[in-house]
Amino acid sequence: MIKKYSVRINKKVHQVEADENMPLLWVIRDILGMEGTKYGCGVGSCGACTVHLNGSAVRSCQLPISSLTGMEITTIEGLSAKGDHPVQKAWLDVDVAQCGYCQSGQIMSAAALLKSTPNPTEEDIENFMTGNICRCGTYTRIKKAIQQAAAKS
Amino acid sequence: MKKTETQYSRRSFLKVSSLSGGGMMLGISWFASAKPVESLDELNIEPVWQEVTSFIKIASDNSIKIFSPNPEFGQNVMTSLPMLIAEELDVDWKQVEAEQGNFNPKAFPRQFTGGSQGVRMAWKPLRTVGAAARQMILTAASQAWNLPVSELTTFNGMVTHAFSGKSESYGTFAEAASKLPVPKDIVLKGNQSFRLLGTPQKNVVGPKIVQGKPLFGLDYREAGMLYAMTERPPAFGMQLKSFDTTAAKKMPGIVDIFPIKVYNDDHKFAGFDTRSFNEVIAVVGKSTWDVMNARKKVKAVWEVAPEKSEMGQNNQARIVPSGLESTKKHYAQMLEMDKKPGKIERKDGDPEKGFAEAKHIIERTYTAPFLAHNIMEPTNAFAHFVGDKVRFVAPIQIPEMMIPSMVARLGIPKENISIELARMGGGFGRRAYGHYMIEAALISKQVSAPVKLIYMREDDVSGGNYRPLYQLTYRAAFDENKKLIAFHAKGGGVPESPLHANRFPAGAIDNYLAESWVIPSNITIAAFRAPRSNFNAAAEQSFLDEISEYMGKDPIDFRLELLKRAKENPVGKTNDYDASRYMGVLELVREKSGWGKPENAGKKRGVSAYFCHNSYAAQVIDLQVKGDQVTVDQVTTALDCGVVVNPEGAKNMAEGAAIDGIGNALFGQLTLTDGKTDQKNFDTYRMIRHNEAPKKIDVHFVKNEIDPTGLGEPPFPPVFAAVANALYKATGKRFYHQPFQPQLKG
Repeated sequence: MIKKYSVRINKKVHQVEADENMPLLWVIRDILGMEGTKYGCGVGSCGACTVHLNGSAVRSCQLPISSLTGMEITTIEGLSAKGDHPVQKAWLDVDVAQCGYCQSGQIMSAAALLKSTPNPTEEDIENFMTGNICRCGTYTRIKKAIQQAAAKS
Repeated sequence: MKKTETQYSRRSFLKVSSLSGGGMMLGISWFASAKPVESLDELNIEPVWQEVTSFIKIASDNSIKIFSPNPEFGQNVMTSLPMLIAEELDVDWKQVEAEQGNFNPKAFPRQFTGGSQGVRMAWKPLRTVGAAARQMILTAASQAWNLPVSELTTFNGMVTHAFSGKSESYGTFAEAASKLPVPKDIVLKGNQSFRLLGTPQKNVVGPKIVQGKPLFGLDYREAGMLYAMTERPPAFGMQLKSFDTTAAKKMPGIVDIFPIKVYNDDHKFAGFDTRSFNEVIAVVGKSTWDVMNARKKVKAVWEVAPEKSEMGQNNQARIVPSGLESTKKHYAQMLEMDKKPGKIERKDGDPEKGFAEAKHIIERTYTAPFLAHNIMEPTNAFAHFVGDKVRFVAPIQIPEMMIPSMVARLGIPKENISIELARMGGGFGRRAYGHYMIEAALISKQVSAPVKLIYMREDDVSGGNYRPLYQLTYRAAFDENKKLIAFHAKGGGVPESPLHANRFPAGAIDNYLAESWVIPSNITIAAFRAPRSNFNAAAEQSFLDEISEYMGKDPIDFRLELLKRAKENPVGKTNDYDASRYMGVLELVREKSGWGKPENAGKKRGVSAYFCHNSYAAQVIDLQVKGDQVTVDQVTTALDCGVVVNPEGAKNMAEGAAIDGIGNALFGQLTLTDGKTDQKNFDTYRMIRHNEAPKKIDVHFVKNEIDPTGLGEPPFPPVFAAVANALYKATGKRFYHQPFQPQLKG
C-alpha cells in the first residue's frame, strides 16, 4: 500500500510516498536519486547496499521503508562532506578499487566497524567484512586500508 | 630514441580543431597505413594495431584532458591508456584529467575490452598520438618565438628555450598547434627515457568511487525514464507458450507488459551474440520495485522447446538440442565421450606406440563446473528509441561487435546508434555479449519512452552465458626408467572443448596426441576470464605435478626440463608459447617463494605456471587445511607481461586474479537440475569472501623490454592448479574435480 513516510537520510528529512514494503535501497536510488548505494543481490547476501542505521552497518535491501520512522540513516554520500573520511582516504591511499561497484558498501561496512572497534584485529576485520562480496578480489587491499584508517584515526 | 614513421600524408586521419574557449583538440584515427613502424617485418606481426585512436584536449590554462577509448570494467585502462599518451606528450600526470571516450568508431576504431589486449594494442599507437601532439606544440612554439625547433625542449607541459630562458605552457601554443599539419615522422621515446610509464599511479577514478558517484550503467537515469525487467522461462530448453498479464498490469506503477523477441528468427549468430531465451516478457513500470512486484503476477505458460538450428555467420548451422538438461547427466555423458575417439587436434611422433610400449601409464580425468560471472553490477542497459534512432547508456565490453546485430534486429542504420560507455561493475567476459542492449531498445521502442532494463541478480545467475562445463583426461606413458615417452590430452565440454592443442607441454614431448570432443547443449556459454585457459591450466598443471612426483622430480625442475627441450629442440612446427619466458616466470617464482629452501620445508605449498594472452604467469600457494576449512597463507605470483605500464594497477589485477582463482577453485560452481539452475543468488552461489582471502599476496614482475603483453587474464588460470597441488601436500589427496572445498571432510 502506498503511504507517506518521512525518512532522515544524511541529516536531512525527506518526505516520500512509497509502497510500505519498498526496501530502503530502492527509496534511496529510485525516489531520492542517490546512486552511491548499490544493488547487488536484493537478499542481503552481498553487502553492496550497505548503509548506516543509527550508526550500524545494515543492508538497505532488507529494510522496508515502513520500519524506518525515527531512524538516522547515513549513505555513502553522507559519510563525509568531501570524501575525506579516514576510511575513504585510506581507500585512495591503498588504491583499493578495481571495478569499484562494491566499494561503497565495503567502505560503509568498514566505517561502521571502526566506529565500534577502533583498533580491529585481522580476525575482527575478516569477520566483520565477510558480508561484503568483492568479485574483483580486492579483499587484501581492503584489509590493508582498514588497518591504515584505524592507525591514523 | 627509436624513430618510427607514420604515413599520415597519404591517408590523413588527424583531426584538429580549435575549441571555442581556445585550446586544441587532437584526434588521430589509426588505420592500416597510419601505424607506427620500426621495420616492415613488424607490420606483419601485429596488424591489429591499425585499430586504435585517441583524443587530447589542451586548454589555454594548460589543463589537459586525455580520453581513454576502451570500455572500463576494473582493469584500470582509464589510468593506463592515458598514461601512454601523457608520457610522449611530456606532460605532468597531475595536469591530466582522464575521461572515458564514448563509442565512436570513426575516432576510436578499437574500443574493445577483452582478451587482455587493451594496453598491448595501444602501446605504440597511443604513444604516437602523444608524440605527434608534442611535436605540433613544439612547431607552434618555434613559429611564435621564431626559433628553431631543435633549440626547444619540453618538460611537464612546458616548452623551454634554454639559451634565452623563455618558457611557456603548452596551453599558450595549443591553438596555433591545432592549425598545423600533422608531422610526418614521429619519434617515440626509448623505454629508458620514460618518466611516467613504469611508475605506480593510482586509479584516476578512485576519488569518485570512494564517494559513491554515479559511474555505472545502473546509476544512469534521466527525466521520464521507465524501468523494465524481463520474465523468462524458468529452465533452459523451455520457451513461451502463452501468457496472461491481466493481474500484473493492475499492479501499481505498471506502464505496459508485452513479449519481445531478442533476435530475429533467421538471425545469423556472430561471435558475441547469444540467446538463452529468445522470447521473453517485458514488464515496464515507474520504479524498480513496482516492476519487481508486477513480474511475480505475470502468468506465463512455458513449454519444452523443440530442437533448433542456429545459423552462424559462416552459414554453418549449430544444433541447439531439445530437453531439460542436468549437470549430473552431463558428467556421465562426458565420461562416455572420453571413451570414444575424439577429433585429433595435434599429433607428434608415434604416441600409440609410446603407450603400447609403456611400462607404466598414469591416467587422470579432471573436471570443472559451469560458472556464472557474478558481475557485481547486474546486467543492465539504458535505451531511448526515437524515430529511427536509438541512444544507449550501457556497460558493454565490445560495443562494435553488437552493432551488426542491432542493425539487423532494430532495422536502423548503424549511424543511428549511439552508445555512451558506462563504467562496468565487473565484466569478466559477460558484458561482451550485449543482447541486453537490444532488449532495452526494443522495450523503449514499444513504450515510446527512455527505458532502463535491469536484470535482477537471480536473472543473471540463472540466465545463462556461463563458463562451460569442462573435462580433460591426461595420460602419460613411462619407460622402465620412469622416463616420459608419450603424452595424451583429450578434452571436451558442454558445449565447448577447453583444449589448446599447441600449448605446453606440446613441443616438449616427442610422442604427443591431443583430441577434442563436444556435447551440444541448450545451456548458453560465454567467455569467462581467460576462456578455456582457466580450466586447461588447472588440469594440465595438476597432472604435471602428479607425474613429476612419480618420476621423483621436483615439480619446478620437471617443468623447466620440459621447457628446456621445447626451447632447444622443439617438437612440431606450431608451438604457441615462448619457452624462455615460460622458464623465466618459473625461475622467478622459485626464487621469490624460497621454493625448496629448508625454512619452507614445513609449508604445504603448490606450484603452477601457465601461458595465455601473450603473457606468462606462475604461482606458489601456501595453505593449511583444518577439517573442511582452507586457509591460504600466501600467494607468490611471478608475471611476465612485458613492460609494466602502471605497476600499482598491474599488482592489483594480479592480486585480484589470485583471489578470484582461489575462490572459484574452492567454491565456485553452478549446477542444473532439469534445466533449472540450483543456485539463484549469492545465498546459494558460493563466492569467496573476506575471511577466505589469502593472508598475503606478493606479485613480482619479470623485468624486460618486451612490449606489453596481456595482464588481466594471465595470472588467473594457474591459480587453480597451485591450489590443487598445495591441497595435495596438506591432505595427501589429489583433487581432480572443481570445486575442491566440498570434498574436504569436516
